[in-house]
Amino acid sequence: MPAANLVEIVDLSFGYDQRPVLSGINLTIPRGKVVSIMGGSGCGKTTLLRHIGGQLKPTRGHVSVDGHKVHEHDASGLYHMRRRMGMLFQFGALFTDMSVFDNVAFQMREHTDLPETMIADLVLMKLQAVGLRGTARLMPSELSGGMARRVALARAVALDPMLVMYDEPFAGLDPISLSVIGQLIRKLNDALGASSIVVTHDVQESLAIVDYAYFVAEGKIVFHGTPAQIRASSEPFVHQFVHGEIDGPVRFHVGGADYRKDLGFASAHA
Amino acid sequence: MLAVPITAKTWGSLPPMLDTVTHAIAELGRKTIGGVERVGALTRFLGQILFSSGASFRRIGLTIREVYFSGVLSLIIILVSGFFVGMVLGMQGYETLQTYGSEEKLGVLVALSLVRELGPVVSALLFASRAGSAITAEIGLMKATEQLSAMEMMAVDPVSRVVAPRFWGGVISMPLLAAMFSAIGVFGAYIVGVVIIGIDNGAFWSQMQAAVDFRYDIVNGVIKSIIFGIAVSAIAVFEGFAAPPTAEGVSGATTRTVVSASLVILALDLVLTAFMLRGWR
Repeated sequence: MPAANLVEIVDLSFGYDQRPVLSGINLTIPRGKVVSIMGGSGCGKTTLLRHIGGQLKPTRGHVSVDGHKVHEHDASGLYHMRRRMGMLFQFGALFTDMSVFDNVAFQMREHTDLPETMIADLVLMKLQAVGLRGTARLMPSELSGGMARRVALARAVALDPMLVMYDEPFAGLDPISLSVIGQLIRKLNDALGASSIVVTHDVQESLAIVDYAYFVAEGKIVFHGTPAQIRASSEPFVHQFVHGEIDGPVRFHVGGADYRKDLGFASAHA
Repeated sequence: MLAVPITAKTWGSLPPMLDTVTHAIAELGRKTIGGVERVGALTRFLGQILFSSGASFRRIGLTIREVYFSGVLSLIIILVSGFFVGMVLGMQGYETLQTYGSEEKLGVLVALSLVRELGPVVSALLFASRAGSAITAEIGLMKATEQLSAMEMMAVDPVSRVVAPRFWGGVISMPLLAAMFSAIGVFGAYIVGVVIIGIDNGAFWSQMQAAVDFRYDIVNGVIKSIIFGIAVSAIAVFEGFAAPPTAEGVSGATTRTVVSASLVILALDLVLTAFMLRGWR
């Protein structure tokens, strides 16, 4: 019987050279759930996703997906695992030299021996699910930002993955596209019976669709809970983040010496 | 006053003049090591491309598409340049040859210059600026917009799917373009020499036919252009793949492709010509 958790991250640490990015992360993604990982820019969220996809190797701890430790896979094992994962990149990362249709068909052509007629049907079904069947013949440069993100979503779920990862799916979208993407993430997850990880700093939109959320700050998990628990939390970081307060545990002023000294007043008082 | 922090820290107080000299030597060493490392990285990358080239031939459509982009789309610049180079060669050659009364040798002069040297070299230089820069910019931008990462996450190896077909597309296109450059160049010289100046038509062609050797001249020219094709394509895909994923990084990589490919072509030409004239002994 498969484990209840599709993804388990145990004591994960990682750093570039001497600079630590993640330190001692523990989290789980249960099957069938949508879980978000939230935190400010540069807190290590994307690095965490890259560990799950096996693009980076941890310096300590491990990530296991479907019961297998990711960093122990060899190249072919890693590629085998990735065939069952989908990923939506921050700005879609559609292949700009291919049409919308070919983008969605890409993995089917690379990894399956399906006949073209069946691929065509499958692609149109995926595009229908994101409401963009009419754009199949367009090139990515002819799409708006929100549409490109939806096409990328259709491409990410092209092979019905067990795990879908979203890297900042809401970044730079207008309010309508933002709700559309949010709803699609939830609906596709439930329709596919997949599990989803949404890495984002868009609190309100993600709390509306996820089952559980983790907060990451400075490479550590500082809080986790259900959307209701998060909204009610009085933890200073979570409160500042959820309500978008300017000053709090995350300081408004970054670095710098004494302000008066920088302006040259300190010597006058000395 | 000179401020050279590294040497000042390491050696205490050296005279400023000596500081400048040591700094310059350190800089030279750093650049040399950097250059050697880059050549090493390029060689390893070339090995990786060869290892991952299966798909480029199993799915030949991928490579043919790249032959179209680097070869067919470079045709205009190659043909026009070849035509002009041939016409200029015709004029210059006639001017020199007539002083010795051997204008009918014009065909030989033009054909040998083009087939042995100018065809492979000039078309490779044009190919580096037209197709090489485009390949670097395309791969660099694919990297900057995370398309290569996306491909990796879809369990598709970008070296095999993106890099190898572009490499082979370039390698296949280069000798064909060089051959067309030489052919149109000979035609340009014919227009100037025979049609405009009025050299004997039969002498022009028959002397050329008698003097140009298939193995010694034509095959050697083709070998040169294949080697230039490998060099330009390898540099172009390597620079694109290794480019820092920023606008500045991609523009720097594109410039490096054109500059280093051009220098490598000229250096290789010297070496290859030396070997070919000595008959590979």
